[in-house]
Amino acid sequence: MAMALPLAYASSVVHPFEAGRLSFSTKSTKHKKQIYQFRKVTKVLAYYGLTNPPYKLDALEPYMSRRTLELHWGNIHRGYADSLNKQLANSPLYGCTMEELIKTTFNNGNPLPEYNNAAEVWNHDFFWESMQPNGGRLPWGGVLDQIEKDFGSFSNFRDEFVRSAMMLFGSGWVWLVLNTNERRLSIVRTSNALCPLVWGDIPIISLDMWEHAYYLDYKDDVSKYVNNFMDHLISWHSATARMVRAEAFVNLGEPKIPVA
Amino acid sequence: MQHYTLSCCGGVKASLPPPLSFRWSKIKREGGRRLPRCARIAAQLELKPPPYSLSSLEPHMSRETLEYHWGRHHRAHVASLNNLIAGTDLDGMGLDEIVVVSYNKGNPLPPFVHAAQVWNHDFFWQSIKPGGGGRPSGRLMELIEKDFGSFDRMLEEFKRAALTQFGSGWAWLVYKANRLDVGNAVNPRPSEKDNKLVMLKSPNAVNPIVWDYSPLLAIDVWEHAYYLDYENRRADYVSIFLEKLVSWEVVSDRLDVAIERAAERAREAETRKQEDDTAVTHSEAVEMYLDSDTDDSEAE
Repeated sequence: MAMALPLAYASSVVHPFEAGRLSFSTKSTKHKKQIYQFRKVTKVLAYYGLTNPPYKLDALEPYMSRRTLELHWGNIHRGYADSLNKQLANSPLYGCTMEELIKTTFNNGNPLPEYNNAAEVWNHDFFWESMQPNGGRLPWGGVLDQIEKDFGSFSNFRDEFVRSAMMLFGSGWVWLVLNTNERRLSIVRTSNALCPLVWGDIPIISLDMWEHAYYLDYKDDVSKYVNNFMDHLISWHSATARMVRAEAFVNLGEPKIPVA
Repeated sequence: MQHYTLSCCGGVKASLPPPLSFRWSKIKREGGRRLPRCARIAAQLELKPPPYSLSSLEPHMSRETLEYHWGRHHRAHVASLNNLIAGTDLDGMGLDEIVVVSYNKGNPLPPFVHAAQVWNHDFFWQSIKPGGGGRPSGRLMELIEKDFGSFDRMLEEFKRAALTQFGSGWAWLVYKANRLDVGNAVNPRPSEKDNKLVMLKSPNAVNPIVWDYSPLLAIDVWEHAYYLDYENRRADYVSIFLEKLVSWEVVSDRLDVAIERAAERAREAETRKQEDDTAVTHSEAVEMYLDSDTDDSEAE
């Protein structure tokens, strides 16, 4: 087709015979191409897309600026997703959900190269959903009951969360997880890209303590960042939904067996 | 996490300390319980200012970055370190020694992160200067060309180490004397060629002096070092660092010191080996005489 065009335009009058011949040749190449495409084996690749945060990028102002989100989600999170897809193009890992991919690539403590990228994609997705505009304040219902049962009171939990975040050295995350072994909520902090999924706990809320998450807005004032997260950003809606789902996997209450 | 008891302050146990602002609010909330008073010899490590003014590295590293990076992060580490080692046996040691001792061969004690970060940041400020960059010369250039092939290859390796350090950390150019940390391992034919330049990257606060290497150049790839100026573009930061900031004179001086140190170690090792050898031969000689006196002949 591309070859035919210059000839057609070069002469203002196209000889009928030539016109016929031109169209015949292009038709046959097109026909050949179609057959060839049927015989081509398409390669199956794993691909993980970048999901958007469930709010606009300026919705968390003034506690997390638009510019931070543009960079954090638009460049850093997107970068992890792109790197992961590039790595998976040459990798035998296929058919995993994100959680399965993280557990597989963690490889029981000897992480494969794909681990950092996969875990960071998941961690960031989880983090965006752990926040909401007009968030903060108190949880309610089952989540509040469980927090009061496991930490004594909500303010104990809040203090412990803030304290844990301040104790983290280097890059990492702070999590409220449902501990599947002890069957209670607890707070853990992890380094770099480590995610509680790999040892079987169920995360409920996370906070990104990598410096890129807060440096533009708070510079080195980490305690203000963590306190603002607890007071204004944390999404107890998400926490409730996640707890409901987690309870399907962990029995938190004793079964009430009536005594005869 | 290991707890490190401050022997003066009535056994107040401190694990990794939170920044000062948080700690004060915690003390206030606990009903004004103050730390018990004691006659404390305060540790004297000081915050050294960089050898240039805070605005002289513009536009490659802004004044604001230096004000926060040196003025707040580095300063906080000095303060925390002084608090942690006051009254303990680390008090009064030189900074190098504190770093190595608190590293505790891979099981770091709480003062380690602060001591190492103080050391690392001092080293970092001295590695850069206004109007830096260019190319080194002399012995440093020879060694670079011998160990990396060419200056550009070395820059590529340095950039790669800095960019692939996942999370927070540092990338280093170090001079390494090829010795094993095993008592009786002996290199039968030691030569100057065993010492070489290598590229390293280390996480968080770790530092090559704990492995007995001699660092020559460091770049801080914690995000706080470049986020205000370059946002998330670490590659741009590393390139500008190498092209416009690094002070090759300082690196050359450090190399000279490192070579001298390695030569001295080699000499010490030689003399120690010779002493060991002579001690062994003397005792063997005595043994032989005794044996030949008391040995009974098989025939009898």
